[in-house]
Amino acid sequence: MGSTLALPGVDVDPRDAARSTAALRRLLDALPGVDAWGVEKRAATLATRSIKRESKAAAIDLAIRTMDLTTLEGADTPRRVRSLCARAVRPDPADPRVPSVAAVCVYPDLVATAVEAVVGTDVLVASVATAFPSGRASLAVKLADTSEAVAAGADEIDMVIDRGAFLAGDVAKVFDEIVAVKEACGDAHLKVILETGELATYDHVRRASWLALVAGADTIKTSTGKTATNATLPVAVVMLEAVRDFAALTGEARGVKVAGGVRTTKEAVRYLVVVNEIAGPAWLTPDRFRIGASSLLTDLLLQRQKLTTGVYGSADRVPID
Amino acid sequence: MSERLDVRRTSKLFIGGAFPRSESGRTLEVRGHDGAFLANAARASRKDVRDAVVAARAAQPRWAGATAYNRGQVLYRVAEMLEGRAAQFTAELAAATGDAEAAAAEVAAAVDRWVWYAGWTDKFAQVAGSVNPVAGPFFNLSAPEPVGVVGIVAPRASALLGLTSVVAPALVAGNAVVVVASEDRPLPAVTLAEVLATSDVPGGVVNVLTGQRDELAPVLAGHLDVDGLDLTGMAGATVEELAALEVLAAEDVTRVRPAPAAEPDWTAEPRGVDRITAWCDVKTVWHPKGT
Repeated sequence: MGSTLALPGVDVDPRDAARSTAALRRLLDALPGVDAWGVEKRAATLATRSIKRESKAAAIDLAIRTMDLTTLEGADTPRRVRSLCARAVRPDPADPRVPSVAAVCVYPDLVATAVEAVVGTDVLVASVATAFPSGRASLAVKLADTSEAVAAGADEIDMVIDRGAFLAGDVAKVFDEIVAVKEACGDAHLKVILETGELATYDHVRRASWLALVAGADTIKTSTGKTATNATLPVAVVMLEAVRDFAALTGEARGVKVAGGVRTTKEAVRYLVVVNEIAGPAWLTPDRFRIGASSLLTDLLLQRQKLTTGVYGSADRVPID
Repeated sequence: MSERLDVRRTSKLFIGGAFPRSESGRTLEVRGHDGAFLANAARASRKDVRDAVVAARAAQPRWAGATAYNRGQVLYRVAEMLEGRAAQFTAELAAATGDAEAAAAEVAAAVDRWVWYAGWTDKFAQVAGSVNPVAGPFFNLSAPEPVGVVGIVAPRASALLGLTSVVAPALVAGNAVVVVASEDRPLPAVTLAEVLATSDVPGGVVNVLTGQRDELAPVLAGHLDVDGLDLTGMAGATVEELAALEVLAAEDVTRVRPAPAAEPDWTAEPRGVDRITAWCDVKTVWHPKGT
């Protein structure tokens, strides 16, 4: 492979890395370190982009179309999930021009409820699995968790990696788990949650991203939303770079999902700007980019109403779960 | 030795307990009664109004949830802090009006008015609430509750006493306030914001915007998250202007206190609690009587 263009200094073909642990280690070791200051500066600069009027209207609709409307609470009930699905299909009952979201994201035991509620629409059902959010269970349990969600009709599976094993250097274990879960997914789309808030450094984020991509993740996802540090712009930059470079090396386009802590339209638009600038406009589709969020939808609808009616809205006028 | 340089104040907005410049970066020249330059005040934009309403909405439940007694203590503390800065307020008012004696009297009256309203927090419910006679074995009780976020256009002439007389009563029941300060005399309002910031009034409960009244009032009136609108400061506006504001407010049935024909005499003692109850809804509950 003459692909040194995308990753200088890396002479390992990612597809070889999938075949042997030694090659995988060589690939991960060869990845250049992340210039932390540079990546934060880059993210901060992109965050200052001003998006106005028509572009903002388009960005709001795109943010809605790429959203995984999520409820991951211990207190989730079938009724709450049904109401979430109703919002997902028709976010603003007063305005049919508002697009549906990409998917709803629920716990495995509520997948069947969600599938029933979105049947006949374009909204997909995603399920977290593999002992979400900690990932602390045996492989057998994780695979059973995944198979049940898929059997119940989940279109997408959000798995968590074993951060403990990754930080301890046991990349082979993490790799094998992703491969096994991918197999258990069958046709379902696999999103691999790196939980970047627990990975401590951008270097780890870059390595974990490549590890997941080589292992077959369809999408790499920042966080569970259950820890103190959620998605951040610089982390999204690092992950998008990995996906972009992986596509350049192998020709396979994979996706990125940011999750947790994205609550305002302004933040969502910043992520869209970063996606556009780092990975390219081809990534601005629900197939390749997702935002996992729950309260964000309310703010997007309020901003959308502001653009269409000219007056600032009230959260009292937007549906809740 | 060189002469000491003046430390001039850049007057800012007061939103969510912080003192930001206007999002728009615009300023407004403030001049005294004799035309002398006093300061540059921030000229708020519609986005500042939006930010202020968001801050008010977020702060309101906690303020309403505080005990009435506690709200009284906090409002009394505002009076204490205002008293401590009486000299500054007097100087600012005198610069604006040219009448130092009247300025001192206005500051004293403003302090008294904060104390007066502080006393009402745990008492007005007895006046505005009731036990209603009903034909059945029930207690039937009505009690006033805050409406939520109140937008206020502050009086134009009376920059401190008038401002106090419209803001303090809205706070009594537990509302949060977004107030557009007097366009011609904004500086006392900014200083009052500094008093509020150091008086245990939770950030966001009072938000003070300086700028052009006719630019900000329609945004406040049209905002769907504003529950009450006090147009006292629109005194003297044309019927058409007032009607336009009421039409905007009517979109979401915002309660409006209309503009008086002329600015009231604020030095007179308030005659009752109508400015408090104006920003209350009445909640009535039925409770079965025991045997």
